[in-house]
Amino acid sequence: MRFRNLLAAAMVAVLFTSASTAFAEQAPTKLLKSTADHSKFKALDREFDSGPEVTRACLTCHTEAAKQIHLTQHWKWEFINPDSKQVLGKKHVINNFCTSVASNEAACNSCHIGYGWKDDKFDFSSEENVDCLVCHDSTGKYKKPSGFAGLPVTKDTEFPPGSGKIVKGINLREIALKVGPTLRTTCGACHFNGGGGDGVKHGDLDSSLEAPGKELDVHMDTKGNNFTCATCHKTDGHQVPGSRYAPTAMDKGAAQVRGKGGRINPATCQSCHGQGPHKLAKLNDHTGKLACQTCHIPYFARGGQPTKMSWDWSTAGKLSPDGKPMTLKNEDGYDTYMSIKGDFVWKENVQPEYIWFNGTVKYTLMGDKIEKGDKPTQINHFEGSAGDGKSMIWPIKMFRGKQAYDPVNKSLVVTHLAGSDDTAFWKNMKWEPAVAAGMAAAHAKFSGKVEFIETESMWPITHMVAPKEKAVGCVECHSSNGRLEKIDGIYIPGRGSDHATVLDLGGWVIAALALLAVLGHGLGRFIVYRRNR
Amino acid sequence: MMSRVYIFKRFERFWHWSQAALIITMLVTGFEVHGSYRAFGWQQAANAHTTAAWALIVLWVFAIFWHFTTGEWKQYIPTAGKITAVMYYYAFGIFDPNAHHPFRATQLKKHNCLQRLAYLFVKLFINPLVWVSGLLYLYYHDLGAYGVGGLSGLQLGTIALAHTLGAFLMLIFLVVHVYFATTGHTPLAHIKAMITGWEDLETES
Repeated sequence: MRFRNLLAAAMVAVLFTSASTAFAEQAPTKLLKSTADHSKFKALDREFDSGPEVTRACLTCHTEAAKQIHLTQHWKWEFINPDSKQVLGKKHVINNFCTSVASNEAACNSCHIGYGWKDDKFDFSSEENVDCLVCHDSTGKYKKPSGFAGLPVTKDTEFPPGSGKIVKGINLREIALKVGPTLRTTCGACHFNGGGGDGVKHGDLDSSLEAPGKELDVHMDTKGNNFTCATCHKTDGHQVPGSRYAPTAMDKGAAQVRGKGGRINPATCQSCHGQGPHKLAKLNDHTGKLACQTCHIPYFARGGQPTKMSWDWSTAGKLSPDGKPMTLKNEDGYDTYMSIKGDFVWKENVQPEYIWFNGTVKYTLMGDKIEKGDKPTQINHFEGSAGDGKSMIWPIKMFRGKQAYDPVNKSLVVTHLAGSDDTAFWKNMKWEPAVAAGMAAAHAKFSGKVEFIETESMWPITHMVAPKEKAVGCVECHSSNGRLEKIDGIYIPGRGSDHATVLDLGGWVIAALALLAVLGHGLGRFIVYRRNR
Repeated sequence: MMSRVYIFKRFERFWHWSQAALIITMLVTGFEVHGSYRAFGWQQAANAHTTAAWALIVLWVFAIFWHFTTGEWKQYIPTAGKITAVMYYYAFGIFDPNAHHPFRATQLKKHNCLQRLAYLFVKLFINPLVWVSGLLYLYYHDLGAYGVGGLSGLQLGTIALAHTLGAFLMLIFLVVHVYFATTGHTPLAHIKAMITGWEDLETES
């Protein structure tokens, strides 16, 4: 008996061992998503002295890539609005952050996906000046420092010259051998730092999205869906959908199905979620008037990184007691005053403002007449109304500023900020020569006078989608003085300003009188009853 | 002398009290949705209001069916006969211990002429107003989306206005109705009758 047990045990052991060996042999190798391992490419396995050298190597295989890039907004920094014909794009607009690119190319264009755009003579037809690495670096080591017109620094360089500060050179070979798809960090290198620093500009884009949790972004959650930017902003021939120069304010399409034809913008919520994503029918009714973002992004700048809410250039130029440019910081360590830039306000967990938006953005461009008045100048006004049939209620970040303008020509101005020359504002803090140099670079006329004008710019809030449990609750809009108090043209149940005063007042008064009457009547009966008992 | 009369049948009593509960629920939650106060939370109020609305609609469908199959609908046909006498009684007679209500309820005639008028107004004006405006409110989005009849141009504000008017009328009715329920020969007589079905009636000596 005992022997038989032992024998059985031995047989089981043998079977188990052979089976596990078999499993080990069949264990699948990890599926590589790319068919090419760039570290095996001879063309990349060499020293590179400059960015364009890397691009030439890329183009030996990806022969058409640069031509695709040449057609993008990322390359052109120019967008002509098909409806308004306004000539927009970073190359042309004046905003109320660092105001404009012109005359500041060497600094600003470190975020251009090209090499060497340092003035208005940049060759936009150059293929080798397309920067592949800035989007396709997977090492996180690729850098385009400010001041180098978008060029990476390959050898340790003193910058600014004579400052004694050294910009470390980077090894392009290592980076080139490890190229891959775009990442949150590659897109974020520029888009998280719009306005000159982390989180400054957008409010819904900052470095907290490099590795967000579910609370911050339900799609990008590294432990969940782990979307990259390109999951929604899905490119086609390097063309990135989802422009804020011509945003899709209303998308009435169903969820995108293969074979059902292309969609103008695959980055909209509806392109995946369709028109009726809620279980509760009444919530789906809301999709007729509300952008998804209005409820599903309750606050922006939620990741721990604050965003700038206002910027007052008019106070720039004050010096410290010892006569030097200074920087004042708040308790969290963020600049609230810089001599070279003026006053800032930073905020975290900001409740958006809400507007009707139909996708049309009207910019105030240089040369457009502006006037100091009760209302701030609209840098970019989101148009729309309840009744135009094209508008939805959208959350925005309203960025308020005060910036230089020409009071004689009544125009926004280009200011030469960055550089080591005598006119650069960040060097000498004198407005007139800085604006004169900026306007000369932009080939625009300037009266010689500088004053300051209040401005507002609008930024759509569309990232940092919260988990559904954290969506904006009903009562936050269905109430008086709620989030949508200022939204006109619609009836919002629960909002006092929508009530017919006569009915509400009359209704309660008559009901109260009826109550008083019956109580009086009852009291009369009670008195009579007591008296007659 | 007292006599007992069976006036309210079982379904009728069930219908009355469940309707009462639903209407009170809907008034309380409805005015919160309207923004008059905060009590249960807007979302909870709105959900409860909608659920109660459907329950009430189902109940009304049954009640309408019952009224027509049993012929009970005739109880609401106005009878102008003693209306001055009834009004005179509620205004003055009720304070006189020797006065009697000019109307005596029976199974065939449950309601006095004033009640008949009041209930007819509820059934022919307030209920349809609340019901129709409520359904339009609930399906407002679809009116626009599918362009239902000529209703696609109807504004939610207009619908809400009608619905609110209905709500105030119902509230006023409720206040008065609840009070009149205490005007039997004892304050609880009518209420007991509505619970048990049996009403104690004073017989004239």
